[in-house]
Amino acid sequence: MLLDPEAGIVVQGITGREASRMVEDSLAYGSNIVAGVTPGKGGQCVHGVPVYDTVAAAADLHQPTVSVISVPAPAVLDAALEGFEAGVKLCLIMTERVPRLDTSKLLVAARRVGCTVIGPNSLGLIRPGVAKLGTIGGRVDNVRHSFTPGRVAILSRSGGMTTEIASFLTHRGIGQSIAIGVGGDAIIGSDFTDLIELLEDDPSTDAVVIYGEPGGTAEEQLAERLKKKPSRLHMTAFLSGWFVDDLEGVRFGHAAVIVEGGRGSIRGKVEALREAGVFIAETFEQLSEGTACG
Amino acid sequence: MRLLEYQSKKLLSGFGLIFTKPTVVESVQEAQAAVARIGLPAVLKAQVPFGGRGKAGAVKFAETVDAAVTAAKALLGVDLRGTKVNAISIEPKLDFDQALYVGIAWDTVEKSPIALLSLSGGVDVESSPADGLACRSFDPWVGLVPYQGRQMGAKIGLKGRTLVRVGDVLAKLSEAFIACDGVTMEINPMVVTANGELVGLDAHVEIEDDALYRQSEKLESLGELAPTVAGRPPTPLELEAQRIDAIDHRGVAGRVVEFDGALALLIGGGGASLTIFDAIQRHGGQPANYCEVGGNPTEEKVAALTALLLTKPGVKKMAVIMNVVNNTRADVIARGVIMGAEKAGKIPSEAISVFRVPGNWEREARDIMAAAGIEAHGREISLDEAARLAVERNLAHVA
Repeated sequence: MLLDPEAGIVVQGITGREASRMVEDSLAYGSNIVAGVTPGKGGQCVHGVPVYDTVAAAADLHQPTVSVISVPAPAVLDAALEGFEAGVKLCLIMTERVPRLDTSKLLVAARRVGCTVIGPNSLGLIRPGVAKLGTIGGRVDNVRHSFTPGRVAILSRSGGMTTEIASFLTHRGIGQSIAIGVGGDAIIGSDFTDLIELLEDDPSTDAVVIYGEPGGTAEEQLAERLKKKPSRLHMTAFLSGWFVDDLEGVRFGHAAVIVEGGRGSIRGKVEALREAGVFIAETFEQLSEGTACG
Repeated sequence: MRLLEYQSKKLLSGFGLIFTKPTVVESVQEAQAAVARIGLPAVLKAQVPFGGRGKAGAVKFAETVDAAVTAAKALLGVDLRGTKVNAISIEPKLDFDQALYVGIAWDTVEKSPIALLSLSGGVDVESSPADGLACRSFDPWVGLVPYQGRQMGAKIGLKGRTLVRVGDVLAKLSEAFIACDGVTMEINPMVVTANGELVGLDAHVEIEDDALYRQSEKLESLGELAPTVAGRPPTPLELEAQRIDAIDHRGVAGRVVEFDGALALLIGGGGASLTIFDAIQRHGGQPANYCEVGGNPTEEKVAALTALLLTKPGVKKMAVIMNVVNNTRADVIARGVIMGAEKAGKIPSEAISVFRVPGNWEREARDIMAAAGIEAHGREISLDEAARLAVERNLAHVA
């Protein structure tokens, strides 16, 4: 399972305003943040967490295997490579607007060292009652209101909707084993299909809620995977943006059409997921029906 | 950032790719002079930042000077999908034996760039038969090397000199794609001339917006860049919303798309905006607009957007619905919408039909709304329920 509570976490870019607040909330929730890194600011402290100039220096003393990256977009590739070299095996990239080329490059390096990457453009992930990574859920009291331990996993293309869905389920007495904002970009480290493989072997998860949006092929890929190899997990999907299908033409280049094969519309995604045996929650209320049988 | 055709050609020429040379003109007189210099037959193409120009009538062929003048008159100043044609390119019409399609894009499954090569160069590449199409994703650190390009060429049946050249072309295009942060780079058609050269007749380059910070030097030499066109041109209300969003950099209170209905929406964050808009339509509501609010926008931005949406003709009420907010402050939204309603000359308790913003600073938001005589909601009602209330209360008003 992702995010072992014993594993040490290093925050890259810890002295930033958002990162600092994230550290405060994560520590209060029980996350094992052992070190922070901001080049040039070694020796400082952020909410009691020691800051180092390099991940290698942090690794010598604290052996973190999890990293949260919250640095400006132009510095993300560099930061990720630095973490991989220092032994990071789970890397959350929160930064938005990372160029695709940089994401693609860092994923090649991650594969080489066997590191799981979540994001970029992800608010993070949480194991309710155990630990959280990133700003997911916001302030700690808000996190405790929204998430509750249980056996449903949430995988979401929107960070805000991760919390909204968890909050809805919590309100109806349905707890969560893990909730992951997979990231809003076209190219991300772990998509639905990658994460389903992990959840398949997780004894603490019985059911999964997927939140999808227009564009890309993540939902179609998942459907293809489920058709080939049915899952033991009870799957529910909620997709938003039906109206986008009806908007007048945003014309994509030939290349996108060839690569994506005309995929990307909500109706197409819903049809593919239904054929693969996924329960489609058409309204928010139906989410609890889908997960209750799990 | 989508480049115009002549800019795409100029950029890719820098990587050793060969194209027909466009002469760019902005008047009929210049066009006539250019044709006299280049010779006939000639091709005239509108320089607009979107594809499908052939089908849109933006490409014309001329056998005579008179025909070229007529074509230039027909193209210059014309409105194509909301974009005025300010410039056309003029090139000699080339004879060729075969037309290929060469392209590079992103493969979101492999998470790497992917090269594409097809025998069906021209306007309908998407529907080319599978055996005439070769695809290969490649390592972004290394790029595509010529032998990989030749393998692709061999797969679609290319031979001899063309096969060797196609390997080089794909390698050079991949170099350009990586060096310039491409989103899409296409040469279509790329023709095989009588003496075996590969010459691009048309090129389409899109550069990643999020990488413009490191591409500005390369782009500066290409002349004025056209704004990207997606769908219909923006309405005055959408332009005003863009202006409001740009007031300062804190948070988003924008991404407004105008619709025909009378129910104004102030909704967020990103995914929740899609969810709420769907729910409003499912309950029979007719939204006046789509928008996205998030990232903790300032009170002033929220107020300005509220006032703008509430003064749209026909709009009487606005629904304020957001997902559980992490970063955005519910109290800031509350103060902003009340200020905005007053600015629009409305009584807040009449203009705001639903206020559902749970999470960060929710208690303070409830107090602010209560003081204005509005019952605020939190997570006790779902997004769907909030949407239903908004539609119901808007209808009650109309009735």
